[in-house]
Amino acid sequence: MKNVSIIGVGLHPFGRFGDKQALEMGRDAINLALADAGVSWDQVQRGFAGSHEVSNPDAIVGKMGLTGIPFFGVFNGCATGNTSLTMAANAIENGEADIAIAVGFDKHPRGAFGGDPSVLGLPAWYGETGLFLTTHFFGMKINRYMNQYGITQRTLARVAAKNFGNGARNEKAWRRTAMDEDAILDAPYLNYPLTQYMYCAPNEGAAAVVLCRRDQASKYTDRAVHLLASELRTRRFGAFEMQSPSLPANGVPSPTVDASRAAFAVAGVGPEDVHVAQLQDTDAGSEIIHLAENGFCADGDQEKLIAEGWTNIDGGLPVNTDGGLMANGEPIGASGLRQVHEIVVQLRGEAGERQIAGPHQVGYTHLYGSPGTGAVAIMSR
Amino acid sequence: MEATRTPIAEGLFTRADGEARLIASRRLSDGSVSFPAVPEGDHVETILLSSIGTLFTWTTQQFPPPSPPYAGVVDKASFEPYAVGYVEFPEGVLVEGRLTVRDPEQLLIGQEMTVVIVPFTIAGESPHEVETFAFAPAGTRGEVEANAAEAGAR
Repeated sequence: MKNVSIIGVGLHPFGRFGDKQALEMGRDAINLALADAGVSWDQVQRGFAGSHEVSNPDAIVGKMGLTGIPFFGVFNGCATGNTSLTMAANAIENGEADIAIAVGFDKHPRGAFGGDPSVLGLPAWYGETGLFLTTHFFGMKINRYMNQYGITQRTLARVAAKNFGNGARNEKAWRRTAMDEDAILDAPYLNYPLTQYMYCAPNEGAAAVVLCRRDQASKYTDRAVHLLASELRTRRFGAFEMQSPSLPANGVPSPTVDASRAAFAVAGVGPEDVHVAQLQDTDAGSEIIHLAENGFCADGDQEKLIAEGWTNIDGGLPVNTDGGLMANGEPIGASGLRQVHEIVVQLRGEAGERQIAGPHQVGYTHLYGSPGTGAVAIMSR
Repeated sequence: MEATRTPIAEGLFTRADGEARLIASRRLSDGSVSFPAVPEGDHVETILLSSIGTLFTWTTQQFPPPSPPYAGVVDKASFEPYAVGYVEFPEGVLVEGRLTVRDPEQLLIGQEMTVVIVPFTIAGESPHEVETFAFAPAGTRGEVEANAAEAGAR
């Protein structure tokens, strides 16, 4: 991706906001992003909006101003934020717009995601007997990973404690109380080996990103961040993925591996060049697995690296510096754009209390979503 | 006694020579196996999976699942946490199912697991038992089936 820059980001806090509508949160996020970019709504030529709960997210134009521009609703489960980003970026790369916007907003009811198995083509008995839960996948994937690569439950707790600690430094996070590892470990299990404090939860919030032709970015800002790659991949036959009554033995790598390799190839950088990363932490185990699946370490090295603080804000590869999904919760449509917001803020050096100490030239975001989608974006200053 | 319970769905499992077996499909073009079975045709044959496989991975469900779609007992006073897992069969397929035990000490990845048929309570206005398949640590099948028979006799 040669000609796309991010000139503005906006984040409505994630949490619970009473009667406030998802679209109102989306409007606030867009207004913050426009102000950050120094452009007005009238200058936006194309938009992409992602939401799980709002069936027509393009209705956001009704909150912003009816300028008649093409505005598209998009959805790819928990990877939705990458889809809106990619499509806005492609619109610019393809010459369809000079300025485009990606926005996501959601307002989920409390509790785990339920739903109807038939929507995913699954038989009724699969739901009736208690197998249709996305959280089982996370528990099962990390349980096997720990068994294969010698990862301990203490490491799960370290990841959770790190993310809640980062959230405590983020005024827009939902969970802003640091927790110690023992309290996390001693909490009741939700799905073995994951305890109650090792999961993110669905909530509410919105995020927006304003993108612009790279050769015009300097007209609006001197703090542009360039989008080097944004790639999404679905699962290949044999990948170990959620909500599968059966899977072939002798599997193939996760779609995260494919998306990551594709993004690094397009961006022309490697894992060793990345200074700060956002990795989908649906649960503490996911963050551990995603470190390896995205090429940042070998399988099993996480046990030592995390104990040494490698993924802390002051470590070699700070991960989820804003607290990630665990501290922010997950409004699905917005979550991936929150990641982009954090990377942009870190690359600009504007992250305040949670600013990474070392160089901050290259940043990375990763999403993983049902029913087996990996998505990666790479940015540079 | 067992005849009083109907399967939760047709075509998932059967009993052959006293052993519970899962009914699966094998695609003729590449030999890949999937469960549950799809209708037989020119490109797919129906097979029975072995009665024993190995535990690929597992987790537990400690809180009542969203209902619907869950049809079991969900009121907090009587909800029983349960375990689920994937068992790898020699036919080259991992199958997901409920496990008969949920104690981490009794569930070691790689251990042998046996296919069993167990009662499952459908809650609601007229609670009743149906049968479904599950996986039991190998060597405990007799015990599991005795318990199932007892439950059926109640």
